[in-house]
Amino acid sequence: MGEVFEPNIVVFACNWCSYAGMDLAGTSRIQYPSNLKVIRVMCSGRINPVFILEAFASGADGVLVTGCHPGDCHYISGNYKTRKRVMLLEKLLEQFGIEKGRLRLEWVSASEGERFASIAREFVEQIRKLGPNRISEELRKEVALV
Amino acid sequence: MLAIIPGANCAGCDYSLLDLGEKAVEVLMAVDIAYWPTAADLKLEDLEKLPDGSVDIVLFEGAVNNDETEEMAKLARRKAKNLVAFGACACFGGIPGLANVASRDGVLQKAYVKTLSTLNPNGVLPSKLTRLGDEELTIPEFLDTVKSLNQVVNVDYYLPGCPPPLKLVADALAAALSGKLPPKGTVFGSMKSVCDECKRVREGKRIMEIKRYHQFIPDPDRCLLEQGIICMGPATRGGCDAVCPTMNVPCRGCMGPTPESQDQGARMLSALSSVVGLEVEAGLGDEEVRKIIEQIKDPLGTFYRYSLPRSILRRVWGARE
Ligand code: SF4
Ligand code: SF4
Ligand code: FES
Repeated sequence: MGEVFEPNIVVFACNWCSYAGMDLAGTSRIQYPSNLKVIRVMCSGRINPVFILEAFASGADGVLVTGCHPGDCHYISGNYKTRKRVMLLEKLLEQFGIEKGRLRLEWVSASEGERFASIAREFVEQIRKLGPNRISEELRKEVALV
Repeated sequence: MLAIIPGANCAGCDYSLLDLGEKAVEVLMAVDIAYWPTAADLKLEDLEKLPDGSVDIVLFEGAVNNDETEEMAKLARRKAKNLVAFGACACFGGIPGLANVASRDGVLQKAYVKTLSTLNPNGVLPSKLTRLGDEELTIPEFLDTVKSLNQVVNVDYYLPGCPPPLKLVADALAAALSGKLPPKGTVFGSMKSVCDECKRVREGKRIMEIKRYHQFIPDPDRCLLEQGIICMGPATRGGCDAVCPTMNVPCRGCMGPTPESQDQGARMLSALSSVVGLEVEAGLGDEEVRKIIEQIKDPLGTFYRYSLPRSILRRVWGARE
């Protein structure tokens, strides 16, 4: 048996709820896997679909988008827009050959440190099962040919 | 001197040149044609014989999809002082670029074996080399991934559109003839989107249903997208005077992505997410929202109809037909 596959996961977190939730997980010393690379944005509505496509193109095995619970977005409607974007992206990514399950949306509030940690653990396991995202490697070969 | 070199094209771009009418005559009187297989009886050798860098303007039409068009692209670059990607296919891969939803073998199987109108009991596929008795016959070999011109060689100017809008063609040729070409890298087109040129009225209305033309007669004055028809206007560079929505047809995106966006599909996905559903969807559950989203049947084919090879992900990956 080879080594265990350690997935590379990009997390987008809105400043007001989800990032604070992750912080709480940290300050409460709740353990969660170190596979996550967190990118803080002001609101989940700031997450341009380009960021997600770029993440997959540059080697992310999974992307976790987080934001405030419906009704709690500090900019009122950012998370509603995010929900639609992610649903449409799921469809689009599947057409591109990126397996279902590599992109996930979760609402995490500032008080949900424990919940965030369990989502993180679960997502890492899910991506571990899916295995590496080979697209970025192939894409790089393709681009190198140019 | 002017050369017009075809890649994987349909010759529609040539028509946009001829559609210039009298202006085309003016241009043709003012320049020597170095190569233009659609209209002039010159051979490839004639072009090859010319010194490198000696053709003032080379318009390259079409995508790069086989080893021959790849060679033509390189030849175009060698001979050109100014190389123009002419038309959507040269700029972004265009319609031939949609072959990137399949592998080379998948495309050949579909075209030569699986289509209902094809009778090919022995499953003969085109191959680079065929022997017929003593004769050897070679034909170009398809690439697995279709490319835009600038994915093969450096490009100086871009003139998108399917076909390129006449006004832009005339402007570009006039600039070239008068020696007043803009800085290299310029895209002939607007710096704004098709929506900015469209006269239809936008009221900020939301849509709860995606509709198609056979289902209703859209209001001729209101924005098509706000009536539920997927119109690529918000994600597409202007410069065509929004001819399609003006003629009651939704924009299909042939001018390529807007200047500030890297990926036409991502931009359209954002635009659609802002129009479908409600601004504040407190009352809508995930399933209700998903129901609307599910009505967008083919996001990849719709959002990247002309620009799949130039998108961030470029092609369909993994197990593919
Ligand atoms: S979406 Fe289409 S119809 Fe609406 S304003 Fe833009 S170009 Fe015009
Ligand atoms: S409206 Fe859209 S599809 Fe029609 S010419 Fe303009 S960019 Fe092309
Ligand atoms: S501020 Fe958190 S989703 Fe908008």
